[in-house]
Amino acid sequence: MTKVTSLILRRMRIPLLVLIASYSISILGFVMIPGVDENGQRWHMNFFDAVYFVSYMATTIGFGELPHPFSAAQRMWTTVTIYLSVVGWVYAIGSILSLVQNSLLKRAIEEGQFTRSVKKLSDKFYIICGYGETAHLLVYSLNNRGFRTVVIDNDSDRIDELSMSDIPQFVPALVADASNSNILIEAGLFNEKCAGVVALTDSDHVNLKIAITCRLLKKTVNVICRAESLDTEANMRSFRTDYIVNPFESFASRLAMALHSPSSYLINQWLTGVPGTRLLEPVSPPRGLWLLCGFGRFGKAVHRFLTFEGVKTRIIESNHKLTRPPEGSIKGRGTEAVTLRNAGIADAVGIVAGTDNDTNNLSIIYTAKEQQQELFTVARQNHGGNEKLFQNASLDIVMERSDIIAHEILSVILAPLLATFLHQTKTHGEAWSCELVSRLIAVVGETTPDTWGVEINEDEAPAIVSAIAQGDPVSVGNLNKNHLNREENLNVMVLMISRIDSEYEHGVHYITLPADEFLLQTGDQVLFCAREGARDEIDWILNNRNVLHYVQTGEQVSEGWIWRALSGRWRVASADE
Amino acid sequence: MNLEKVVFAFFIVLALTMNFGFYVGEMNDPLHHNAYELYVAIVVNLVATVLKFGDRTHIGAVLLATSLVADLHLIAAAVAWGIGLYMLDMGNDVLGIVVSLSAGALLANVTSVVLLVVETMSLRK
Repeated sequence: MTKVTSLILRRMRIPLLVLIASYSISILGFVMIPGVDENGQRWHMNFFDAVYFVSYMATTIGFGELPHPFSAAQRMWTTVTIYLSVVGWVYAIGSILSLVQNSLLKRAIEEGQFTRSVKKLSDKFYIICGYGETAHLLVYSLNNRGFRTVVIDNDSDRIDELSMSDIPQFVPALVADASNSNILIEAGLFNEKCAGVVALTDSDHVNLKIAITCRLLKKTVNVICRAESLDTEANMRSFRTDYIVNPFESFASRLAMALHSPSSYLINQWLTGVPGTRLLEPVSPPRGLWLLCGFGRFGKAVHRFLTFEGVKTRIIESNHKLTRPPEGSIKGRGTEAVTLRNAGIADAVGIVAGTDNDTNNLSIIYTAKEQQQELFTVARQNHGGNEKLFQNASLDIVMERSDIIAHEILSVILAPLLATFLHQTKTHGEAWSCELVSRLIAVVGETTPDTWGVEINEDEAPAIVSAIAQGDPVSVGNLNKNHLNREENLNVMVLMISRIDSEYEHGVHYITLPADEFLLQTGDQVLFCAREGARDEIDWILNNRNVLHYVQTGEQVSEGWIWRALSGRWRVASADE
Repeated sequence: MNLEKVVFAFFIVLALTMNFGFYVGEMNDPLHHNAYELYVAIVVNLVATVLKFGDRTHIGAVLLATSLVADLHLIAAAVAWGIGLYMLDMGNDVLGIVVSLSAGALLANVTSVVLLVVETMSLRK
């Protein structure tokens, strides 16, 4: 029996007993109390008449249809039973109404619906803990890419927001504390379709607890966490959290990358963007003196990375006591021209407005631009609602926290190889990245490409596995041919192949940008990057042996057994001639 | 001693005894089968059913099921009696149907009591 029905039945026990008692006493009374008919004879109601009479009297319908007029004793008993039954009914109905409003019951019903809908999910799903702007972006994109999501948040307003949002599929959601391990289990942690848990709550402490819970309860699950302090990050790492996103750190490292290697920065931004959106214009931040407004967690991260790059920075911060900026920093908010002039804006090449107040950030940028036209501007956007303002402020780079986290997590989930690839690009140097940028533009045009990974195995690429097993080598060049006309190339690029090979570090060999002649092996992980829509074309080659044969050789293979037998004989005959 | 357990066992056993009291006797002899007794058997059975509501254990579910079977039989017996007597004018012949239906209810009630005893015994261990 489910929790809900058992709860209802348990609560209805006493009201039902009261009703049964009042009915049975009334009926028994009518059967036993004698009446007098028209001829002055004594008569007794039988059980049938009594049940009939009490049924319409107790429900206050009152037909008034009787075999004989009532005697005084019967009337007296009727008066008693009216009050008895009305009280019984009022009590029963009152109990039902209070039960419906009972918060315990509501909670039980919600939880029941939640667990049922989680069980019904037929695709792989991710558990998202905490539903803010980041989570909304993430849930939306994951649902668009064929994953399902389950959301837990302890704020009921946010869950209501989710149910009214524009996400096409149904997202099971529960108002609950995600750091409670039972809630995670209810959300499907042990479900075999659960691909991972993403902890995005506002509190680092809760995220850490979620990471620990998942790791201890289920070793194989993917855990992705957001952390805003380096302490928590280190702590999560010690619990073997698969991926940790620190928005401030990752933005600061990107900004540093933009300074020392603009092409690597572009590759990073392009490959982790939302597919289908316009590609980001190339930016080239100048080297020289940079002004940093705000020395909070964001400012500190930017400062550390810029200093590492050898860029000179000067900090403007209003609260020196709390944030402890390095010596030589300027006191003030940065929204006043005087402060900016004191900080030496005339000599500066760039400014980072990194306070936690959007209005101040925009005001800093405006004031700074008035002082010096040529400034490179970077601003931090705290709230998603201010997106339009920041777009129109003609900034060089906007750092939006929720956006950065969502994109990083998406790329980790959708293409785990991508993170490795991006890491590899850093080691190859600027010239290599420059060449990759031009090749990427040739392939993907002006929109953000679709990036995904495929493992060469029976499930994901059966055609290739069977070709290799039959001694028919498949090269990288075979994969970017149009399956309808092999003379035509698809807008596809193989970014990287990772192969298990004990001769290399960690037992994995990463082949970045393999040549067309490179031969695939079973078990390889291939990272594709393609113009939107080209993915379906490649799936043909990966899944259909005949299509693969065509793109390899240009021969159309007959589909059926008879045709294959006939063409085989014909081919043998023609070979004899 | 738990008052709730006493009331629970009381009604379950009373349901069986009233049922048996009605059933015992010559099939077609109206003197052996009293309408009051059937009435009390029905009321007591209903009370026993409601008392079994909301128990989430497996044995609780089976107990509830046997009670529902007994209710069904006894109410069917009462309806059959009414129809036979007042609509079809069968006289005392209808008693055969009524008594055999109550025999069915008796079996269900016996099961109920056996389950109750089994549960009590297992508690002892």
